This record gives sequence, structure tokens and C-alpha cells, in this order.
Amino acid sequence: MTARIGVVTFPGSLDDRDAQRAIRLAGAQPVALWHGETALRGVDAVILPGGFSYGDYLRGGAIARFAPVMETLVDAAKGGLPVLGICNGFQILCESHLLPGALTRNAHLHFRRRSQRLRVENTTSAFTGHFDAGQEIVIPVKNGEGRFVADERTLDELEGEGRVVVRYVDGNPSGAMRDIAGISNAAGNVVGMMPHPEHAVEALTGPSVDGLGLFTSVIAHLGRTAVGAGSSQT
Amino acid sequence: MARVLVDVMLKPEILDPQGEAVANALPRLGVNGITSVRIGKRIELEFEGEPDLDQARAVADALLANPVIETFTIHLEEVVAADTAEAAETGEENAA
Repeated sequence: MTARIGVVTFPGSLDDRDAQRAIRLAGAQPVALWHGETALRGVDAVILPGGFSYGDYLRGGAIARFAPVMETLVDAAKGGLPVLGICNGFQILCESHLLPGALTRNAHLHFRRRSQRLRVENTTSAFTGHFDAGQEIVIPVKNGEGRFVADERTLDELEGEGRVVVRYVDGNPSGAMRDIAGISNAAGNVVGMMPHPEHAVEALTGPSVDGLGLFTSVIAHLGRTAVGAGSSQT
Repeated sequence: MARVLVDVMLKPEILDPQGEAVANALPRLGVNGITSVRIGKRIELEFEGEPDLDQARAVADALLANPVIETFTIHLEEVVAADTAEAAETGEENAA
């Protein structure tokens, strides 16, 4: 059975179609989800895509957090549904308190768009099982507010529990604390990252096809954990 | 009528690159005595009836500020009737 992976479109989402395409290339079926509906349509996993939901008004992700779809999604994520937040999606996961910390304006104030080298440090999350620990990958980063911050205790906790999923190598594009590019929740089913794996899935348009690994990882993860467990949701 | 003012500031330990950029621009205005600039947000809430400070606080805590990186303060502002305010403004202009 083909895994069904939802992609939420908020007003101002930009990369929802790219995420859908990445899901298809990885071998799963993308399912469009709408911010204004609570229905998750029985999907097996969810991607919160990049962009500027609600115009980034107030703070990136601050208003999206209160979208109807998030009511259902937050509960489902707490129940184990795999959720990947990319860029603005990462900001939404932090604002929703599914992940600790916050994303603030880049220390140098510039919008940074480049192919970014990352080190995969956690291969047990729902989205990184297909990587080797310490593997270096190249994925585009493009943001103006991607600087991960948290208090020292939270940072120590994330590192101590192996919840730093990806870390910047060869330069930190935002001034993120401890070079953190992506983290997971304690259970490993919720992952947020600033770089865009959905932009590194085809040689023609990406700097690599390393991003595909995140999507194939979650498909494999779903294969191990009974696909269709999510179909009880509405 | 009264409105509730919510002031949101980044916590002192959180880097404010916008504030730094403004501070760095000051010498170009010929201003050299200002050592630090921090930028925050002021949000004005107008209530239908009597302003509910507890509700304003709950809104600030849940949405207007992110407690991970920001702090907020709340206070009431008495709004003078529109015509009086206008007169006051004119008065100020005249005075200036």
C-alpha cells in the first residue's frame, strides 16, 4: 500500500507544490491539506512546507499555529504521526510548542539563499533513517529568519538526547546557536529543519538529490510502523 | 473609552540584529552618544466594552509575544475623545 503524505497549504505557503513533487518522486502519494479545514484526510504523515504563512505577520508561524488544521495536527503529532516542518514549517512547529526554541532574524540581517552542507546527526527520527550517522549532505537553505535560538538548558538537553537532527557544516548561514539546522521532538516523529530537502530531489533543479532521503526515510518508517494507522483520523 | 497597550520586547539575552543595524547607522546622522538600540513592538487592543486586562494578558501570552524569546508588558491607556485629542494636537503644533 502506498503511503499517503499530506502537505498543508497556508495562505502564503510557497513550497507546498515542491513538497508534493518530492513525495511523489520518493514513491508516496501526496495529499493536499488546507489550513482552514481540520481534516487530515487519513494521511500517514504530514509536511508543513516553506513560505511565508499569513505573511509572516507578527512572527513567522505565529498565526499559522492557530489555523484550524493545526488543532488536529498538534494532537495527531503528539499521538505519533510523523510531521516534518521545513523552514516556515519549522517555525510553525516551534510556535505550536511541538518543538522547543524559536527561529529569529538571521544575525547578519541578510536573507541567505545557498546550497548548504549539513551533517546528519540523528538517524533514528522518522525522517532520517535512510542516512548514516555523520553523513554530510547538501541541501538548499533560503531564509531571513532561520536563526535557531533556545536557552542553554534546552540546547544541552537537545544535544544530550541526540535530538539535533542536522547541523550546519562549512559555515552557519544564520548564526543559529550551536550550528543547529534541524531538531526533533523526544519521540522522534516530529522534525523541524530550516534547509529545504524538497529542493534537492532532482539533478536538474537541485544541488544534489540528498533531500530525497528525508522522504524515502519516512516512507520506510511508515512501512515499519503499519501504514494506515493514521486513517482513523478524520 | 480605553485601550490596552501591549509592549513586546526581545529578551535582553536575545540578539537584536535590527537594533544593532539602527545603532550602527546613528553615527551617519552625526549621533554618537547612543550605545544600544533595541527594537520591540507596540500593539494596541481596543475592546468593545470595558477592557479586560486578564484577557489582554492571555492574548499577549498566547499570540502577541513568544515567551521563548520575548517579554511583554500591558497597561491601560485612557483615550481622550477625538475632538479634544485633535485640539490637543493643534495646541501642541501651535506651541511648537
